[in-house]
Amino acid sequence: MSDAKTLTTATEPAAPSYDTAPARRGGRRGEEIAKVLFVVPAALAIIALFGYPVVKNLVMSFQNYTLRTFINGKAPWVGLQNYVAVVSDELFTKALINTALFTIGSIAGQFVIGMLLALFFHKNFPLNGVLRALFLLPWLIPLIVGSAAWRAILEQDSGILNVTLESLGIINAPIPWLTSPNVALIAIILVNIWLGIPFNVTLLYSGLQDIPDELYEAGALDGATGWKAFWNITLPNLRAVVSVVLMLGVIYTLKVLDIILGLTQGGPANATQTIAVMSYQRSFVEFKFGQGAALSNILILIALVFAIVYLRANRRRFDE
Amino acid sequence: MIKKRVLAAAAMASLIPLTLAACGGGGSNAGGSASSSSEAVDSLTVLDYYTDEPGKSNIDAQLQKCGTSIGVAKVDHQSVPGPTLIQKVLQQASSKTLPDVLMLDNPDIQQIAEAGALVPLGDFGLNADGYAPGPVSAATYDGQLYGLQPGANTLAIFYNKDVLAKAGVQPPKTWAELKTTAKKLTSGKQYGFAFNATADYEGAWQFLPPMWTNGGDETDLKSPQVAGALQLWKDLVDDGSVSKSAVNWKQSDVNDQFIAGKAAMMENGPWQIPALTKAKINYGVVPFPVNTPDQKSVAPLGGEAWTVPETGNDAKKAKAAELVKCMNTDENQMLRAKQGGLVPTKLALAAEFKKEVPSMAGFTDAVASARARTGKLGSKWPDTAKVIYTGMQLVLTGQAAPADAMAKAGAS
Repeated sequence: MSDAKTLTTATEPAAPSYDTAPARRGGRRGEEIAKVLFVVPAALAIIALFGYPVVKNLVMSFQNYTLRTFINGKAPWVGLQNYVAVVSDELFTKALINTALFTIGSIAGQFVIGMLLALFFHKNFPLNGVLRALFLLPWLIPLIVGSAAWRAILEQDSGILNVTLESLGIINAPIPWLTSPNVALIAIILVNIWLGIPFNVTLLYSGLQDIPDELYEAGALDGATGWKAFWNITLPNLRAVVSVVLMLGVIYTLKVLDIILGLTQGGPANATQTIAVMSYQRSFVEFKFGQGAALSNILILIALVFAIVYLRANRRRFDE
Repeated sequence: MIKKRVLAAAAMASLIPLTLAACGGGGSNAGGSASSSSEAVDSLTVLDYYTDEPGKSNIDAQLQKCGTSIGVAKVDHQSVPGPTLIQKVLQQASSKTLPDVLMLDNPDIQQIAEAGALVPLGDFGLNADGYAPGPVSAATYDGQLYGLQPGANTLAIFYNKDVLAKAGVQPPKTWAELKTTAKKLTSGKQYGFAFNATADYEGAWQFLPPMWTNGGDETDLKSPQVAGALQLWKDLVDDGSVSKSAVNWKQSDVNDQFIAGKAAMMENGPWQIPALTKAKINYGVVPFPVNTPDQKSVAPLGGEAWTVPETGNDAKKAKAAELVKCMNTDENQMLRAKQGGLVPTKLALAAEFKKEVPSMAGFTDAVASARARTGKLGSKWPDTAKVIYTGMQLVLTGQAAPADAMAKAGAS
């Protein structure tokens, strides 16, 4: 989770780095150079692995970047044409709404279930560790395999889910999980929730362990137990973890691609089109790389908004 | 502090394009090595997507044999999975490492030729005389021939002989018969018919037999003929003769349904025959039915062609063309067809093949008249295919009526 690491280090308040003890001039200078040298490898890595793709993507979005570009290296500038083309596409609004619904639905589901499970595992009981390890399974399964399995499970006529529900008498007619435009988005949200639970449980559980037991003991004396204790002790102490979980969750969910490609390819009738899927299809199916880049930049912009909100919330906490 | 925050925000947001921009690199202008055509060529590289056995070994044996016959000591044969082939080619194009011989799926040839990555085969004295018209139109861009396709496949109706005999019905010859037969064959867990209607090029390809047979055309998707074909697909699903899951079934899923006895008939291609034989299914093949008696069944052309990429090395290009020629000799076309799933593209050979391999008769005539997807639209085909599969999905999910589905899907 190198991403999480960058996040937390970047958001720590700037520590006062100047030592007050007077030092000899030469030593001070050497120290400065050493400091810079320590930063250089990390900076280079960030520039090569983060900076270059972002800048390249930005540049591409203003170019007519097609199949031809790969052969003759020419990508003529077209200004905002790519952005106009994708935003004026009829599908764009639908994809934007779907992206919002998919993200909100997934995060809400993952977080609530993840929190409940974390609280559950926080209690001591036999086989706790084994069960907790089992919950990591969705994380260990390659996404392509996971989505293929879910495609079989959600199959309308013979999928295990419909067969089970029918034999239990819960439903009369099979649910068209992936074949009805009204249900498909819900189905992929459910699958994505399943995928995201391990991440939420793991982080929230470790957050819970950091809360000192004394707080609960003191709270219990004052009559804060159960729901009250959760609301007044657990949540406030978990705030930092919760905001990281939500923030990373939003960014991961915005760019989800594999599950949707594996389950529905954006169908049926575009019911599961999201900005990420649209971007992928523009770039790697239709080979309109410029337009694909424009769409992914729009996605970055959306993520940026969330990132700024998160950082502002964090600053407020440090100011308090 | 502010700057730091902006940087941090940017770092987080930048997680997104990493996956999407992975392909954007490269672009060196090093240029191919200049060479004179007198230079001896001792090796050639070949790229295709035949990753499955026994296809891979069969092709490899043919390539090595051809290499020997044209005096090239080493033929370096590489195969990548189908969906990644074009991406691989683009990477190679930008790093100037294109293979000497490249296999392309026939609807991709014109797009790649238009981009300037291929050399016209006419430069090396090759032509496509005696070939069926489909493979020639697919490989022709701007009046020049860019690929030679040794074998072709297409779509037809497979039916389970045992199931049809038990129900006392004949395989359908008209759309009306297709509907009644499919309805009759539907009972319990068994659907009468199955096709693929996914939101991708595969779904569009499977819609072409009804569309073209009914006189519809990719240049005029809002025509009543296209609407008629959409109506057929809709009727079959509305009747319950085809599973609603068709909108999410790939051709391989359709074949699985057929093998599992959950579909009595299916629209599919000869590449499924090995799986059907292995499962010991007693199947028959008939061409796609016609709507009215005056119509002729028209199916789309499938299959891959060998091309010569622009590598900048004249000596190698000439040898590569010889290799392409060798892969298309009468003997090799016949060998490849008999290995399974393909019909020779030379018309005289196809006639001979029909006599020798009667089990492929259902496909042999269809290939002779098969129409190339890119025959009329060339590199514009992908945009149109997107409209076709979107319109088809709108109809099958009840979001639009057949008459205005294509317009709603963006047909102009």
